Amino acid sequence: MSLPPLIAVVGNPNAGKSALFNALTGARQKVGNYPGVTVERHVGKMALPSGRAIELIDLPGAYGLDPTSPDEAVTRDVLLGKQQGERLPDALLVVVDASNLDNHLRFTLQLIELGLPMVVALNMVDLATRDGLELDAAKLEADLGVPVIETVAVRKRGIDALLGQLDKMLLAPRELRPGAGPSHDGFTLQRRARDIALGAIVRETPTRRLTHRLDGLLLHPVAGPLILAAILFVMFQAVFAWSAPPADALEGVTIATGNAIGNALAPGLFRSLIIDGVFAGVGAVIVFLPQIMILFLFILVLESTGYMVRAAFIMDRLMSHAGLSGRAFIPLLSSFACAVPGIMATRTIDDPKDRLTTILVAPLMTCSARLPVYTLIIGAFIPARSVLPGVGVQGLVMFGLYIAGVVGALVVALVLRRTVVKGGGGAFMMELPKYQMPRLTDIVLGLWQRAMIFLKRAGGIILVTTIILWAFASFPQAGPGQKQSDVSIAGHIADGIHVVVAPIGFNKDISLALLPAMAAREVAVAAIATVYSIDAGDETNLQPLEQKLAGRWSLATALAFLAWFVFAPQCISTIAVTRRETNGWKWPIFMVSYLFVLAYIAAGATYWTAVAFGLG
Amino acid sequence: MTEATSLDQLKIGHRARIAAIDWASLGDSDASRLRHFGFDEGVAVEPLHLGPFGADPLAVRVGRMTVAIRRAHARAVQVIPEAA
Repeated sequence: MSLPPLIAVVGNPNAGKSALFNALTGARQKVGNYPGVTVERHVGKMALPSGRAIELIDLPGAYGLDPTSPDEAVTRDVLLGKQQGERLPDALLVVVDASNLDNHLRFTLQLIELGLPMVVALNMVDLATRDGLELDAAKLEADLGVPVIETVAVRKRGIDALLGQLDKMLLAPRELRPGAGPSHDGFTLQRRARDIALGAIVRETPTRRLTHRLDGLLLHPVAGPLILAAILFVMFQAVFAWSAPPADALEGVTIATGNAIGNALAPGLFRSLIIDGVFAGVGAVIVFLPQIMILFLFILVLESTGYMVRAAFIMDRLMSHAGLSGRAFIPLLSSFACAVPGIMATRTIDDPKDRLTTILVAPLMTCSARLPVYTLIIGAFIPARSVLPGVGVQGLVMFGLYIAGVVGALVVALVLRRTVVKGGGGAFMMELPKYQMPRLTDIVLGLWQRAMIFLKRAGGIILVTTIILWAFASFPQAGPGQKQSDVSIAGHIADGIHVVVAPIGFNKDISLALLPAMAAREVAVAAIATVYSIDAGDETNLQPLEQKLAGRWSLATALAFLAWFVFAPQCISTIAVTRRETNGWKWPIFMVSYLFVLAYIAAGATYWTAVAFGLG
Repeated sequence: MTEATSLDQLKIGHRARIAAIDWASLGDSDASRLRHFGFDEGVAVEPLHLGPFGADPLAVRVGRMTVAIRRAHARAVQVIPEAA
């Protein structure tokens, strides 16, 4: 059986390409990755009016066939039939923004030169009309020499005509237009594009455009940053507040299911594997799902309205001091909730080096999973005194830990930009697209795709790793009178870790907790709790964990432990998503190593300073 | 005719035409991105907004598009202001 004809949807960024692709394929689309690069491949199947099945791919937005980003390189390679894992398209569906023809036709002219059958969708004609621009599609068709169809993708206008045209094109014996190749230099093409665009304009009434008026407020030197701060405040509240009930519910369901299955199984190793390995692992992953979905809901809405670019515009100058661009702002901010969606959100950064730097420093933002650890240690060791009315010492320490993370991130970014991630960057060039109402189906599709990417990719690795951790903690099995934590591989590893971390004031219990903390940071609390419950007799079990800690750890050790957590234990989800997003083990290994070194130095410095002040 | 100046010196809302662009002073990829945005001799430009911190970056209308670029890049674009 031969493959269905492949139609590539191609056009400039902000031409409404993805909206058109979504309007055509709906939910019948798949998201994957091109081999070797982190560029998403969107593909969908559909039937034309004639009943002919076709396959559509949504190529990354590009300004031309001379790429300036990895996304644009994929677009070029697919169009030239050089992309690994993709066949040469049979026809092109070129999307142009009706109100930005002088710019978009340049790429269209380049595409015409490729010689593939094509149809041009003159998209967003409604917005052009709103801006007082009246166009002559027939004149444009005559000048370009290819069929032009007016569309409004978000309202599905012109879709039928477009499909009819594709049918006609695929039915016709493949007419080989001379593929002249890119014979013209950019400037000649650009000028021809401007001439053709000018020729297609019937009338232009100067209007004060809506986008310009909105920008007057949203990019206002004073109001702009304030509005941004307000939006971010709401976003944060939502991520923390809205995600708790569904996260708890998910955890509850996982535990209940695990228990139900556990009860059905005979006690033993297999049951332990299912309950302590698989379900504990899966549970640890899916509790992050509500946070990720809420965060991405905000990100998708901000992105599709056109506001995200404005936020980057406002923050660019401040970010540039750390060698980053404004684009890094939202991903880093998201990392306060969780580094996993933060790192996934770096896909919006065009410059590969800016993106890599942002990924590498994202774990330094204090994620929500560190909160339980901070809360426990601060509660146990820091007196609940007020220094000023309403300002407690405990709150100040917590604030200080957050600040330490932010400062750490900025310094590390600066150092990385001068050493391992040198070059590139220094630029901030972005189109400020027109503001648009986001469309519900586009948002829902986007959310669904993010959720799937997270569950499939990160989930797979986390599952494997938790099973390994479980195995380490369960073998070899303790004999009578022995403690499982002493004889297991994990126990021996903890002994090994203790040798390394003893100089910075960590005891054996902490060493044991560091290992499961790799799975998820908050597990460190549970691990410490378990160790002390086993060690202590029944009578002290009722004592709160904070009091137990206060009796066993010195203040210096506690402070060192806090300093350690500002920088280190990478959770496995973060490592997995970093591997995924950087396409290999090189950068996650680098990230873990540098964080470990930083954490060791920070904890050591804290411990020895505290001991010198007599707090040991 | 008004004096030529560089794009970063142009006041908000003042229209101008691009007279020349110092492509050599820009890196390869920065230059081609500017070209993709439609920066070219004879094209109409107008600064619309400034970044709130240090008046950097600039939002500039070029042709029919609005783009954000940093001040350092705007300096490479020579413009002739249009008589108001």
